[in-house]
Amino acid sequence: MRDALPDPRGRAVVARVIGIGNAWRDDDAAGLAVARLLEGLEGAEVLEREGEPTSLIDSWEGAGAVWLVDAVSSGAEPGTVHRHDASDQELPAQLFRTSTHHFGLAEAVELARAVGRLPRRTIVFGIEGKSFDTGETLSPEVEEAAAHVAEAVREEVAACTRRP
Amino acid sequence: MRGRMAQDRTNTPRTRTIKTDYLARVEGEGAMLVKIAGGVVEEVKLDIYEPPRFFEAFLRGRGFTEAPDITARICGICPVAYQMSSCAAMEQACGVEVGGQLRALRRLLYCGEWIESHALHVYMLHLPDFLGYESAIELARDNVDAVAKALELKKIGNELMALLGGREIHPINVRVGGWYRVPRKRELRPMREQLERAREIALETVRFTAGLDFPDYEQDYELVALDEPGEYPIDQGRIVSNRGLDIEVSEYDDHFVEEHVAWSNALHSSLRERGSYLCGPLARFALGFDRLSPLAADSAREAGLEAGERNPFRSIVVRSVEMVYAADEAIRLIDEYEEPDAPAVELEPRAGVGYGCTEAPRGILYHRYELDAEGTILDAKIVPPTSQNQRTIEEDLRGVVERSLDVPDEELSILCEQTIRNYDPCISCATHFLTLEVERS
Repeated sequence: MRDALPDPRGRAVVARVIGIGNAWRDDDAAGLAVARLLEGLEGAEVLEREGEPTSLIDSWEGAGAVWLVDAVSSGAEPGTVHRHDASDQELPAQLFRTSTHHFGLAEAVELARAVGRLPRRTIVFGIEGKSFDTGETLSPEVEEAAAHVAEAVREEVAACTRRP
Repeated sequence: MRGRMAQDRTNTPRTRTIKTDYLARVEGEGAMLVKIAGGVVEEVKLDIYEPPRFFEAFLRGRGFTEAPDITARICGICPVAYQMSSCAAMEQACGVEVGGQLRALRRLLYCGEWIESHALHVYMLHLPDFLGYESAIELARDNVDAVAKALELKKIGNELMALLGGREIHPINVRVGGWYRVPRKRELRPMREQLERAREIALETVRFTAGLDFPDYEQDYELVALDEPGEYPIDQGRIVSNRGLDIEVSEYDDHFVEEHVAWSNALHSSLRERGSYLCGPLARFALGFDRLSPLAADSAREAGLEAGERNPFRSIVVRSVEMVYAADEAIRLIDEYEEPDAPAVELEPRAGVGYGCTEAPRGILYHRYELDAEGTILDAKIVPPTSQNQRTIEEDLRGVVERSLDVPDEELSILCEQTIRNYDPCISCATHFLTLEVERS
């Protein structure tokens, strides 16, 4: 992995994992499921958020590295995992647009970048959902994908925060 | 964002169609259609195609104490409005009044929502129109300071909501009768400093928005807002208008009607035998100007606003003035706060009907519930401000287009979108409704 961390001043990097979603909209909770699987993760704080963009920007304040996990609905097979390194590349708005408010994760990331408030490393995982109906059940494909993403994030956090 | 809009212009020398299939920078999913034939505006439609959400049906059979938490889910931008209107209705049905510091805390929570909702709309959703940007992100690239201030304002509003409500988006500390837990005085104190900062940014926002260029357009609206003696309208009052309407909230259904139109999944409201009306910041400002705090009133005067303001494009300045007021009011409420003896008023359900109406950031939000003796909800009706403003939005679109027939299509399309955004429409709220027509053969 290309690793720019720890930060140039040699301090330990604050790492954060943020699971985003609505707990009452079936697969929309995929990000929250990943956050729950990572509870107690060593080396990073794990947070859950509903996705309100300005609160999201606040939620990664002070972090040098952040992993964002959200459900997406792009038409791919349910359970498909999308990974984007948004550290210096624009996040595709079409993919990360599950908010009906037209002001979602992609806007939060790009707005933060524009005002200099995006962590130096920003990795975004999108888990393709199947059902976004009212309910609290994850589709089996999504549940499996959430476990994979949790594992991937665990490894990335370890690689990034490991002392040289 | 404009780049993504599908704009369809099938124009002949005599006909022009301006159509936006996917309105950006509004809450929810909607479209717009304007047809001009032979220099005359033939058809104007605000097409709300976000699917209906059936909240009123969900409520039937649920307990009266559940309404604040269920209805809060209608909107992630103004959940407090839903909680406050449903609590007011349930408390009326149960025959209790929630006053004193319990009510003051509700008003304080509402100030947080006004600040966060207005900050989002003024800077992120509406300002790009005035400065010629397609999105808040593009605006942010050139105006880092302005956007940083917007984020700071929004954050302070969110923090006030989290402090009182337990979390930022769908507060969990509000209940019928009051609160689950009330804050200690010392918990509110640190918020005061934050609110002073919010007030300062809001004052700058008034000065900044007052200097924007506004399309020259005015309409002689019937303006509807709450009216409570001595207070700028937020959490209670009679329903009044600038044309003599003056009723109790319980008389709402005698004066207002809702109807379904084919092109919208949100019901259209109107005043019986009078037609369209406008609710929201412009109406509150016109009817409540004399009850703004001195600082907010001064900032309005400095911005050239008077109670007679009827240009809907200047609602961006009015929202900014309301942010000054909300910060000022929140500071006053914190300064005067005394810890109440109990976090809530005891109440028992009884069979009957309860009515509640409060001022959501976008305008009056009406709730009516019928309960049985055990407090089970038998029937529910919710009328959000965007439903109420739909007709007026369409009339504004017509008026704006009629005055701008010489404007090229692309520019006209942008102007039409800006006209819709004057109302900060919340389509997700407007499509909460019940009616579903099923045709069977």
